Amino acid sequence: MITMENVSKTYSNGVTALNDINIQIERGEFVYLVGPSGAGKSSFIRLIYREAKATAGKIIVNGRDLSKIKERHIPYLRRDIGVVFQDFKLLPKLTVYENVAFALEVIEASPKSIKRRVTDVLQLVGLEGKAKMIPSELSGGEQQRVAIARAIVNNPKVVIADEPTGNLDPDTSWEIMKVLDDINSKGTTIIMATHSKHIVNTIKRRVIAIEDGNVVRDQQRGDYGYEV
Amino acid sequence: MTFASIAAVTTTLILVAVFLALVLNLDQMARNIEQDVQISTLIDVMADEDQIVALGEEIEQIDGVAEVQFSSNDNELERLIESMGDEGQAWVMLEQDNPLNHVYIVEAVVPEDTEAIANQIEELDNVENVLYGQEVVEQLFQFNNYARAIGLALIVALVFTAIFLISNTIKITIIARSTEIGIQKLVGATNAFIRWPFFVEGALLGILGSLAPIAVIIGGYYYVYHNFPDAVTFRFVELLPFDPFAWQLSGMVLLIGALIGVWGSVMSVRKFLKV
Repeated sequence: MITMENVSKTYSNGVTALNDINIQIERGEFVYLVGPSGAGKSSFIRLIYREAKATAGKIIVNGRDLSKIKERHIPYLRRDIGVVFQDFKLLPKLTVYENVAFALEVIEASPKSIKRRVTDVLQLVGLEGKAKMIPSELSGGEQQRVAIARAIVNNPKVVIADEPTGNLDPDTSWEIMKVLDDINSKGTTIIMATHSKHIVNTIKRRVIAIEDGNVVRDQQRGDYGYEV
Repeated sequence: MTFASIAAVTTTLILVAVFLALVLNLDQMARNIEQDVQISTLIDVMADEDQIVALGEEIEQIDGVAEVQFSSNDNELERLIESMGDEGQAWVMLEQDNPLNHVYIVEAVVPEDTEAIANQIEELDNVENVLYGQEVVEQLFQFNNYARAIGLALIVALVFTAIFLISNTIKITIIARSTEIGIQKLVGATNAFIRWPFFVEGALLGILGSLAPIAVIIGGYYYVYHNFPDAVTFRFVELLPFDPFAWQLSGMVLLIGALIGVWGSVMSVRKFLKV
């Protein structure tokens, strides 16, 4: 599903974010990405949805070779990948429904299928009653659920989450983890960068630890492994 | 900013319209005159009838001559009186003692040959003088060329100003919508999908800017066209007819406006979206 072979990423300012990474992630896996701030987790994630381009090595995502992908094919790569951020990235003036529908309008889905899909996915994240609210009327956890709904509304094969619980209190974090776990149990691959020792040590999954741009540990049902 | 860019388009297009109306009309006039160039061969007053007939035959022999027509001095005087209108009445008293020459009116097959033919006629016997409108035509064309060069330079400068202002307006919209664009890219919008609203905005700015110039063209040209013939009465000076010229010019101005708008937005989108 996702393969990285000898992948390195050096930014134009000379900083090496990732160094000779070799990783294989299978369909349906749930992977935690852990490591100190600045270790390269975000770069790892940005490479997968081709926000950043690897300086060396080969990355294959959903059968697409990202080192060779043409600029105009990148949108189609991203339609198979849902992305969730720490700061939600919702549009403040649109309602919950519109924020989720946005992802389908952009790929020019039919209005009928948009309505059906958005209704389904809002139900999945437990926000069916709040479709007409705008983000500022929602709690942080609810906003993140909207963002997750938007990420999964076009049935992506992979959901990438960059510290999705970073701005949330522990109780709310568990709500989000439950939603992500549900999505994973339906067969979607999840890659989640996190600093939450509690989550990693409680819901045990594969853990990939990155430090100074190197993979220092890759362990099924691993621990967080860092003292917080 | 929006207002400034529309105003820039408006100014530019009014200038474009005035300039185009001027140049196209001058062009048309010059062409009318050129098409109509005749050589008036003034026959020496001392020439007798045989010599006059002989001269007519000689002129017909010249290469490139289409038609040779004899016009007596009485005929010429009549034409003169007619063409002067009311003032012409002063010439009527000359009918008894006509000071004009008999004339051969010569037309060339190709207007460009007029000068060469005139030069050859001048060499013939019993020719007092040769008159033709070539010089006027050349001056008109020359004037037209200058007008065109100056007008074009001015318009190019204005078009670029308008494009620059529109691209700035679009830039502001892009910056204001950068979050939205970022999310669009994230969820897999194609570049075309992200760009087209900005093209529409640019085209709209251009089209809005062309509305006032179109009103100026239609109103202004209508006024000039219907008041012009009274003021000037040269027979070659004839404006292009209001219908269809004013409509064609309006269409052209609308198209130029839209193109300026789209071009402005293309410049911004390219620089700022990097999608």
